[in-house]
Amino acid sequence: MDTIVFLVFRRMRAPLLSLILVYAVAMAGLALIPAQDAAGEPATMSLFHAFYFVSYMSTTIGFGELPNTFTDAQRLWVSGCVFATVAVWIYAIGTLIALLQDATFQRAIRERRFRARVRGLCTPFYLVCGYGQTGSALVRGLTDRHLHAVVVDIDPERINLLQLENQREYVPAFCADARSPAHLEAAGLRHPLCQGVVALTNVNETNLKIAIAAKLMHPEVTVICRADSHEVEANMASFGTDHIYDPFDTFALYMATAIQAPCLTLLFDWLSGFGGERLKEPLFPPTRGRWVICGYGRFGKAMYKHLKEQGMEVQVIEALPHKTGIPEEGVVQGRGTEAVTLEQAGIRRAVGLVAGTDHDADNLSIVMTALMLNRGLFVIARENQHHNHQLFARVGAHAIMHPSLIVANRIGIRLVNPLLSDFATLARLEDEPWACELVSRVLGLVGECAPHVWEIVLEPGRAFAVCDAIARGEPPTLEILLRDPQARDERLPVIPLLLARDGARWLLPGPETELEAGDRLLCCGREWASRRMGWTLQNLHALDYVCGRESWREGPVWQLLAPLLRRARDH
Amino acid sequence: MNPEKVVFGFFIVLALTLNFGFFVGEIDNPDHHHAWELFAVIVVNLVATVLKFGDRTQLGAVLLATSLVAILQLVAAALVWTAVVHVGEGGMTPSAMASIVSLAGGAMIANVVSVVLLLIETVMLRR
Repeated sequence: MDTIVFLVFRRMRAPLLSLILVYAVAMAGLALIPAQDAAGEPATMSLFHAFYFVSYMSTTIGFGELPNTFTDAQRLWVSGCVFATVAVWIYAIGTLIALLQDATFQRAIRERRFRARVRGLCTPFYLVCGYGQTGSALVRGLTDRHLHAVVVDIDPERINLLQLENQREYVPAFCADARSPAHLEAAGLRHPLCQGVVALTNVNETNLKIAIAAKLMHPEVTVICRADSHEVEANMASFGTDHIYDPFDTFALYMATAIQAPCLTLLFDWLSGFGGERLKEPLFPPTRGRWVICGYGRFGKAMYKHLKEQGMEVQVIEALPHKTGIPEEGVVQGRGTEAVTLEQAGIRRAVGLVAGTDHDADNLSIVMTALMLNRGLFVIARENQHHNHQLFARVGAHAIMHPSLIVANRIGIRLVNPLLSDFATLARLEDEPWACELVSRVLGLVGECAPHVWEIVLEPGRAFAVCDAIARGEPPTLEILLRDPQARDERLPVIPLLLARDGARWLLPGPETELEAGDRLLCCGREWASRRMGWTLQNLHALDYVCGRESWREGPVWQLLAPLLRRARDH
Repeated sequence: MNPEKVVFGFFIVLALTLNFGFFVGEIDNPDHHHAWELFAVIVVNLVATVLKFGDRTQLGAVLLATSLVAILQLVAAALVWTAVVHVGEGGMTPSAMASIVSLAGGAMIANVVSVVLLLIETVMLRR
């Protein structure tokens, strides 16, 4: 703040000084030069009248000669003064306007406003550095779930884009270099409500710096980073970065899981989507046979590794094999966009194709050519630019790998629903029939729409009635919680997925489980059921009702009437 | 030698000396206090005030404050003078002159403080 005021004052010195001097000289001249009074007798103009005349002369020329008609000597002086005072006025005002338009000044004002807004945040928020494709997808995911975010990006155009986008929550945005700790601090890194820092810039170096700054300046905060190389990943992990996401590895692992356990993959897809969307079709990638991978870059390598682990036969096509390295099977040199190269790689005998170059047009061309040669291929296409999405949706690929969206999605789940990440980790240890059974249960529960997933925390603020019952020594079981508070014999369409209690986790807790204060419960089901459950959690009467008890009478009149009512009902 | 400091010191001291020149004399005698002198005091004080703009130090802030006080007092004096001579019917009276000069006297105290602060700053700089 101080800087701005001093900047204005310092720059206004010269114009103000010239204004004062020109005014003083003009006034002095007018008061010294012989004037005449109304009758034409010689007189002098007082300083007051001189000030009055000069004031309006410089701003509005042509106001007339006041208080009396001027003598020629005065006119001579005034005709000189007009030019001087008007020029000085324009100079002073021009300087002021130029100062207001000055880029430094504007920036200072913007920064000040941003700081004030961030300081005034009174809800927990996440600091997102880098508003590219990943950042924008993440911010959208957060705000759609009513979580707050603060954005820092170095590119002013992206910040403008953010302001044009219609976010559900207000997102303060700041155009600055996130590598500087001062900027991160301005963006609320040390704010007590800052929940996490997400470094999503497209430069590994920057992400690394952000992670270091966050760990040093606010050690309690969760730090989530995107890293494109294993080297940087190891570096980030070395000083305790909480979660590191490599988009290519993440997707390759996802595909490997899809090959091994399609039900489990489908389950995660449903749970991590938005409640109310149409359910996704399950993916059934071929489980054995020959795969052709076009492009042996970061994505190609990750796919190669995971497909090999599944015991597949893999053939790689790469245009610049001496740059990327050569896998042990050897490589077919070429881009894969021509039929010849694909034939050479044995596309007609293959079951699957990965179009994984970093060029969208090439990938589309590869997919189209390959499908012409072999209609039965399972195709995975890498989509680099989100604006090509429509083309990829039409080209006939079975799975589309979008690095930015994958990272955004994973981070979003991690931030919004940490229990869901725990659930995923535990569910991976279960076998495929277990997942298939759960999928059919979820399907029976929600029908065609994706299930709504939410977390219940048993603390007095959010589950008053249940906490009260626990404190009285009558802990309700999970089964009671799942009864409909409008008709206690009905069961709500809800599946409790995970129970978390002091670090311990239970998958699919049974209905007889007794609840304890501080428990966290992950549920999925219909959205209206979550609201009904809210009643049971918070309202003493609703909890009494679902427990099968009669709700007690509180008012004196009702207490008098209660025995009569009970007798009337029993008869 | 910093030319900026020369100009700065010059105007601050000139503001005080001119102010003193206007102030001396019998307090209610219009012959001892000239309108032109007041005019010069106001102009020089304005210049001194603008010169104090944009100084971020604590001393700079106090210097600016004393200048603003002086300007306030001097403008009040000029307004009283104008009101008495041009608005009122009676012209300049000894009592009006006394109040004008006492206002200017107040401004002079502020200017003295300014000069003292300037001297303190200079002495501190020496160490």
